[in-house]
Amino acid sequence: MIETINIHKTFGDNQVLRGIDAQFKPGKNNLIIGGSGSGKTTLLKCIVGLHKPTEGEVLYNGENFTKMHFVERVPIRKQIGMLFQSSALFDSMSVQDNIIFPLNLFTKMSRAEKIDRANFCLERVNLAGKNKLFPAELSGGMKKRVGIARAISMQPKYLFVDEPNSGLDPKTSILIDDLIAEITQEYQTTTVIVTHDMNSVMGIGDHIIFLHNGKKWWEGNNKEIAHTDNKELNDFVFASKFMQAAKEKL
Amino acid sequence: MLYNLGRYILLLRLAFKKPEKFSVYWAEVMREMVSVGIGSLGIVAIISVFIGAVATIQTAFQLVSDFIPKTIVGTITRDSTILEFSPTISALVLAGRVGSSIASQIGTMRVTEQIDALEIMGVNAPGYLISPKIIAGVIMIPFLTIISIFLGLIGGYIACAASNEVSPSDYITGLTDGFKVIILQVSMVKATAFGFIITSICAYQGFYTSGGALEVGQSATKGVVYSCIMILFADLVISRIML
Repeated sequence: MIETINIHKTFGDNQVLRGIDAQFKPGKNNLIIGGSGSGKTTLLKCIVGLHKPTEGEVLYNGENFTKMHFVERVPIRKQIGMLFQSSALFDSMSVQDNIIFPLNLFTKMSRAEKIDRANFCLERVNLAGKNKLFPAELSGGMKKRVGIARAISMQPKYLFVDEPNSGLDPKTSILIDDLIAEITQEYQTTTVIVTHDMNSVMGIGDHIIFLHNGKKWWEGNNKEIAHTDNKELNDFVFASKFMQAAKEKL
Repeated sequence: MLYNLGRYILLLRLAFKKPEKFSVYWAEVMREMVSVGIGSLGIVAIISVFIGAVATIQTAFQLVSDFIPKTIVGTITRDSTILEFSPTISALVLAGRVGSSIASQIGTMRVTEQIDALEIMGVNAPGYLISPKIIAGVIMIPFLTIISIFLGLIGGYIACAASNEVSPSDYITGLTDGFKVIILQVSMVKATAFGFIITSICAYQGFYTSGGALEVGQSATKGVVYSCIMILFADLVISRIML
């Protein structure tokens, strides 16, 4: 389980996060949602250690991650997989080399074992046989799937996903969401997803945190979100005419 | 300026921390050595031949006197090529070729979150990205300088053969006349220092890029400009200390 306690983050005079308390449980798709500039990506970066919170703590299974030195964090980092908004695949490496990169650095697996693992991960994301392609040769959806394959190559306990659907068509978005949900269930990972895609919210939102003005404004799940009377959340969720029509049918 | 100097020193400290796995880093060093060394061989060869030829022609032009032996042209060309032209001009050209490539490569990795991905995995990003480039630069730039010296002197020979100013035999005699090992030592010290300057400054500029494509270009430009200035400064300091 991951816990954030009173997380504050300030950039110069701009206070982005104002005391976020949250718990993210294993085996659940934990979604952080909110409008642009609400602080959701900053919160994610504080959780994974890319930003140092101005105040507050992040606990991984009770261990205070925020206070750890880089070297002390390595054992926890080995249990983390992350899919970035831009996929962040290494341009100079093939799909296979991207996936086995963390295995090269942190395991004593033989070359054959690493390739087997890469093949397994690629099959898991429905990209079997694409080992030799380079990131520049992949579509946006394929890059995301390779990003997921790389993220799960070390069998992570914690999976972080930043805007998995950005730049993807609705069909591919659902495919990626389903894949993340399946992996979460299969490996019982603690999955934290930052998104503002309402299909993801309604489809896989086991646990949802809504951020507004850097504060946790609402917490619940995808069943409760449709019936909330929280004005800001309603404005966000039902902003589109499609969602308004869907709400009327609920 | 002090802020940047401090950050540069801290980055170098991180870059030379114990690697996660030596074999992976070693493979990177080899890859970078090929990129820096073999990749730059063509441009270094071309400029070296021309510089050697021009140095010979200009020296011969300025020393037209019956009281000065013609062999002195070879000696002056040799010393100026070994001491100054090959290490310094090669380094300035390599700052443009290798330095801009390092800064833009690392800068692009920064803005496309690839460095964040390394850090999330628990990889020491400065160590993995920067130390192999610095090691490759420090090893390969002296090698390129040796090749440059050799080709520069050949360029001088070609210039002699193509003109009537100095005979090739006088030139060869001049090259072998009164050679002091110290000039080669100074040249190698310079080349090693320049290799470090180019790779570390450009890596620093790339590593702290923020923004997008525009900023990546700016980082590459800054890397090359600062490297050139520091190369000329180091050239002065090393010459003053060692000669």
